[in-house]
Amino acid sequence: MGENLLTSKLTGERLELAAAGSWTAAHAGELETLVDRVAGEAPAAKSVSIDMAGVSEFDTFGAWLLERLTRAWTSAGRKPVIVGLPKHDRGLLKEMHGVNREPPRPPASENRIVGALAAVGRGGAGVGRDFMLFADMLGAVGVAVTRVLIRPREFRFTSTINQFDRVAWQAVPIILLITFLIGGIIAQQGIFHFRKFGAELYSVDLVGILILREIGVLIVAIMVAGRSGSSYTAEIGSMKMREEIDALRTMGFDPVEVLILPRILVLIVALPVLTFLGCMAALYGGGLVAWLYGGMSPEIYISRLTEAISLTHFKVGMVKAPFMGLVIGIVACAEGLQVKGSAESLGLKTTASVVKSIFLVIVLDGLFAIFFASIGM
Amino acid sequence: MPHQPVIKVRDLVVGFGDSNVLDHLSLDVTGGEILGVVGASGAGKSVLLRTIIGLLPKRHGSVEVLGVDLDNANEAQRRALERRWGVLFQQGALFSSLTVRENVQFPMRENLVLSPRLMNEMALAKLEMVGLSRDDANKFPAELSGGMTKRVALARALALDPEIVFLDEPTSGLDPISAGDFDELIRTLQQTLGLTVFMVTHDLESLYTACDRIAVLADGKVVADGPIETMLESKHPWVKTYFQGKRGGMLVDRRVVNV
Repeated sequence: MGENLLTSKLTGERLELAAAGSWTAAHAGELETLVDRVAGEAPAAKSVSIDMAGVSEFDTFGAWLLERLTRAWTSAGRKPVIVGLPKHDRGLLKEMHGVNREPPRPPASENRIVGALAAVGRGGAGVGRDFMLFADMLGAVGVAVTRVLIRPREFRFTSTINQFDRVAWQAVPIILLITFLIGGIIAQQGIFHFRKFGAELYSVDLVGILILREIGVLIVAIMVAGRSGSSYTAEIGSMKMREEIDALRTMGFDPVEVLILPRILVLIVALPVLTFLGCMAALYGGGLVAWLYGGMSPEIYISRLTEAISLTHFKVGMVKAPFMGLVIGIVACAEGLQVKGSAESLGLKTTASVVKSIFLVIVLDGLFAIFFASIGM
Repeated sequence: MPHQPVIKVRDLVVGFGDSNVLDHLSLDVTGGEILGVVGASGAGKSVLLRTIIGLLPKRHGSVEVLGVDLDNANEAQRRALERRWGVLFQQGALFSSLTVRENVQFPMRENLVLSPRLMNEMALAKLEMVGLSRDDANKFPAELSGGMTKRVALARALALDPEIVFLDEPTSGLDPISAGDFDELIRTLQQTLGLTVFMVTHDLESLYTACDRIAVLADGKVVADGPIETMLESKHPWVKTYFQGKRGGMLVDRRVVNV
């Protein structure tokens, strides 16, 4: 920039400044450095004046910097004189004269250790609050179920079918594909490692028991949490943002009954169905790998499978499924209702919903493992 | 550059699907004036605004802002031009994950090289100019009332000291007192900053108190154009109903009494 935005001349005890060029936003960065330098020169001079006649453009940025300069001088006990400012720019300077009068509030100083402790405390309280939130949602859903049982006509049948289509029916292809692959991988690993002991046949036990008891339902629950749990949170969250939920409430509807109950019921029904389909696909995948990779004919695979697994294993897997559906639904809807006004909070809550529901699904699976072990299933 | 057209719209056609919302519309906005654009709901006021700032594609015609034709401008020219105007959207369109102060600083941060201190001072100055307090600066948009949201949006539109501001229904959703304050604010800012204001509005009060000139959109064209007196004399049926109907008439009476 070839322009001399601000030149200073010190003659004796008199500091004379001449401003020129564009005192605008585009040059504000340069101007600030100049102004700050000149402000520091004030103590050497008794009187200061600034000539603005050469300024071609002047906006709020320039006006504020000029105001800042005069304030710095005034507080140093000098009386700066501004000359040559065009009339229409004087209003702007006057406007700037009134602003930023209050000193900026010092940022709250915080001890780092105290801050860390506070963060831990807040985290702990957050876990407790989440627990309360989920318990609260579970209770609200319970109340809604009772109300619907008393007056079955209030049940949202259409909405439930629509949700079932999205959560269960449209999820079938991806669930089948993933569980099919997982079944194949387990069979391949089993055959590969058991072959060393000549015990390839036991890989069928591995596949059957692992899939029916644990893997099938876990994979399906994790998939559904990522697929449907996230969309529940985002849907309910954006309804919350756009005040749709408040609108429902003012019309005398219970949002839990209208929006949340159908969704959770659908999950409770969909998860066992998807788990069953997933388990079958996984056993099929395991059989295919055993045949193609392990050289085990389908007849042998099936007869070994019937020996290895019992109805108990199947029941253990299936009993867990609806509970996992309930957990996913509760977490997703509770998080959705926690969304505040901003787009950021919608994103945060959707992430939190998926992470928390997957975590709780795995914790629940562990609790079920303890429970089934102690009742001997 | 006062008294020269800063926005030149010529023969503009904009439409969706089979219908044309704007049908060979021409309009000039002179530097330093406040132009109010009125029309029935769906007459294409917001469409006109959005076409001028380049958010909607046009089918025919040309738009020239500050001597730059947006169709022939390259990327750099476009960006330079966008720095010279500010837009206030109907819903405020504040960035919800940034605080009020950060919202106002956003254009400065992206377009200028400024020290954090100067940026803070400027943001707070702009917020004070639109009548907000320092305590509001650290709030998030979700915590603001409707009127405050509009004020912050105006402060953000003014962040870079633009030459033109586009206001899309600035007073809609405000109570009459806040709306009146807002009109006055726009008037004051226009005088101190020498702004050109392109304002889409429904608010008769705004038209009376804030606008220098009014353009009425109907049937995809400008059917009346001029100061409020011209509007009152207009023979166009919609303009007549609008300015001399129940609500418009009240304001006319009051105006007569005041004069």
